[in-house]
Amino acid sequence: MSILFRTYIRFTLLLLLATLAFGVLSSFAFLYPEIYNHYLPFYQLHPMHVSAALFWIISGATACIIYYKQEAFAQENKKSNAVDIFICLWIATILTIFGFYAFRQFGGREYWEFPPFLCIPLLASWLILMTSYLTSLTKATDRKPLYILMWTTGIAFFLVTFIEQNLWQIPWFRQSLLRDITVQWKANGSMVGAWNQMIYGTSLFIMIKISGDKSIAENKKVLFFYFLSITNLMFNWGHHIYNLPTTSWVRHVSYIISMTEWIFLISIIHGFKSKLEERRKLKHLVSYKFLIAAEFWLYANLVLAIMMSIPAINRYTHGTHITVAHAMGSTIGINTMILLAGIGYMLRVDELPLKQKKAIATGYYITQVSLAVFWAALIAAGMIKGYRNTVLNMSNFQEMMQPVLSALKIFSLAGLGVFAGLLPVIAVYLKAVKNLKPEHNQ
Amino acid sequence: MTRIILTSLLLSFCCYTVLVYLYCDTNKIPPGDIARNGWAVWQKNNCQSCHQVYGLGGYMGPDLTNIAAVRDRKHLYTFIKYGTGRMPNLQLPDEDVNAVIEWLSWVNKTGETKVAASAVRWTGTYSINKQQ
Repeated sequence: MSILFRTYIRFTLLLLLATLAFGVLSSFAFLYPEIYNHYLPFYQLHPMHVSAALFWIISGATACIIYYKQEAFAQENKKSNAVDIFICLWIATILTIFGFYAFRQFGGREYWEFPPFLCIPLLASWLILMTSYLTSLTKATDRKPLYILMWTTGIAFFLVTFIEQNLWQIPWFRQSLLRDITVQWKANGSMVGAWNQMIYGTSLFIMIKISGDKSIAENKKVLFFYFLSITNLMFNWGHHIYNLPTTSWVRHVSYIISMTEWIFLISIIHGFKSKLEERRKLKHLVSYKFLIAAEFWLYANLVLAIMMSIPAINRYTHGTHITVAHAMGSTIGINTMILLAGIGYMLRVDELPLKQKKAIATGYYITQVSLAVFWAALIAAGMIKGYRNTVLNMSNFQEMMQPVLSALKIFSLAGLGVFAGLLPVIAVYLKAVKNLKPEHNQ
Repeated sequence: MTRIILTSLLLSFCCYTVLVYLYCDTNKIPPGDIARNGWAVWQKNNCQSCHQVYGLGGYMGPDLTNIAAVRDRKHLYTFIKYGTGRMPNLQLPDEDVNAVIEWLSWVNKTGETKVAASAVRWTGTYSINKQQ
């Protein structure tokens, strides 16, 4: 593997570290703004945390695809100039974004809070990566398993949604606030689906490598779920804007599509028992452990997502910390766990000395317990706010938020726990990057 | 078979996207020039990291969708110009403060952020389109 790719993996892991550090600082800045406003105000820390998280997920997903695609496409490990250019441009742009945040220069769009012209190099680097990926894909002669279809879907839809979330710069979209917000959340909602395709594709690939069972990616059931997931990617974004006085059919379409998530839920419950034996056999593997954690968090967040997708319930949860619980539960519990499995498998962490594996295991358990408290505290905060805002109809914001802040103190402490848990994992992974090898056949 | 399903889904996605772009807002109220400037000030100062519009944005401060309906201009000016204990003083010039107030007044005209309990139907959904 090239030095540049190793640098990319290190950069990706450092983004995770930055996400956690800025996240902890943001949570305390939220609680004690009187202190932080003088040095690092919340409105400056928040974009740093959000951008670090966003780029950790996307960079992690692309790192896994770049690494595993050679084996998946059964191609020789050749140095790719396109991938090198992508890595350089991508890293340089992200560092520039943080430079702008340091000088309090913002673009002010949710998720994408940096000045919008920086989307140009990001778009250029994505197009370079996509061209390189599609070139490799067309050369691959073998029958393409489902994870390749998922990677391709994710890469293509990321491009579509990235362009769509920049449409606000065309004046016509700004002629109507409702159109601007609708298109923004259509793009952002679908973009989450796009990176999930990339990440779940990697999860499927790792599962096959660990279990040695290729049929996992070839049966009709997984293909059905793939189609169901891209249907959700395309049409299930409306729950973000249920309370927007937009045309009603946007709400109804999303509500109907979101109810298909029950099928995912029932399938997970049904498949749980049959996987127990497999779990017993493989639970000693670090990557498998992270995949199992991701499955648990998928289940928990799916229940939350289904509830929030019912407009009558969304009326209480919208604009509360329950939305944050879902976002953070998914990004940490599902995306981060799968990416740590994918990167860990790439770095052969199972072959590391026992002491380092124990550090990962300890960090893993601290993370899971802390994340559970973190998630529950956010739900509690959201329920309190929803009740006081929607049922009691309280008009004084500070008064309404008083008991919410108590729940958020628990959330902030649990956030410190997540940070403390993932720190040894990141440290061991960073140390293991030097062991990275091109081929990985078991 | 996979190709047929994928193509059908992509076509549906494209059609739905066009429909959403053209018809999602049935009650268009375009912003004036000052409101448009206020929108730019709102973004430049990253106000959405602390405040919400239609429940979307940050959680530090209140949802500002309908703030112009319940607070007069003087009150809004004081808050935006000088900040509070929790809200930092962003050192905005008067022109920017007034532009943000104009923008908030425009936002207020687009609808209400709270969904009335009476709007909820037995199916679990609701209709809040003003024209229905």
